[in-house]
Amino acid sequence: MVSAPSLGKQDYVRDGASQIPVKILVVGHFAVGKTTFIGSISEIEPLTTEERMTQAAEHVDDLKGVRSKTTTTVAMDFGRLTISDRIVLYLFGTPGQQRFVQMWEDIARGALGALVLVDPERLADSFGVIDLIEQYGLEYAIAVNHFDGTPLRDEAALREALDLLDDTPVVTCDARDEKSSADALTTLVRFLLDRARQEQ
Amino acid sequence: MTGRDEWEPEAAELVRPYVITKGRGLPDEEQLSLITLVTVAPEEGQRPTRLSPEEQRLIDMCSAGYLSVAEIAGHTRLPLGVVKILLAALAEGGYLITRSPVRRAALADREILEEVLNGLRAKFG
Repeated sequence: MVSAPSLGKQDYVRDGASQIPVKILVVGHFAVGKTTFIGSISEIEPLTTEERMTQAAEHVDDLKGVRSKTTTTVAMDFGRLTISDRIVLYLFGTPGQQRFVQMWEDIARGALGALVLVDPERLADSFGVIDLIEQYGLEYAIAVNHFDGTPLRDEAALREALDLLDDTPVVTCDARDEKSSADALTTLVRFLLDRARQEQ
Repeated sequence: MTGRDEWEPEAAELVRPYVITKGRGLPDEEQLSLITLVTVAPEEGQRPTRLSPEEQRLIDMCSAGYLSVAEIAGHTRLPLGVVKILLAALAEGGYLITRSPVRRAALADREILEEVLNGLRAKFG
């Protein structure tokens, strides 16, 4: 086992005995800025955990007469935000890959909602991610990772390209900036709260 | 790539993780999710068992407070599946206690979201 660094007081969950853990997903395609986003607002250094996934191969190995296996590793980054003395929020960043369904189920189960990070220059790369989120019935908002911070030139075109519902929030953010990332997250939570109130 | 539904988390397929987990299977997701909080139990509840170095390491890590399952995996750099199996065994042996996200019973989603929204506003303005 790789020896872990010794942990300090700030690494542990404050008031852990009374905290209710909740999670929000930060999803998007490869290199869209998920880890940067999480790092900008997390109170801990973002951590990575890996799951090894296996898949039985199609063919049977002739020499051994057994079905061979393919192994791959899926990594997810996450951070933490202590909201109050009874709620601790985890942010999980994950690529939306359809083929790792089992892992997606673990990540999506019980999530409050999802923030979908999109790159305005690579909109098509976000289609699969959005499909997956809808498939799991998660409510979401779109955060356009927009480095120069100017307002989005054509929100209508983006909505159309991503085939969004009229009430799905779209915000621009700079994932490197704490305030900007927090604003995007706040927009999502406000939307989730509106939805929860409507359902009552 | 065919068969996109066929990928499964691996816990005990490779020799070393298999040895570390002593061949045990993955615990139920309800029992240990990514965000289940874990800490050490008071000593009286423990069944005497011989612990592996990895198990002892997890107990040490959890002795100073609460960490989520994901954080424990992140700090130890062990695969998530292996960590879940070890934690489940340690909880069963009375070494660790877990606080599952039983939020729906305790607090309505609406209350949680209100508190998260207020918390974010207070923190980031």
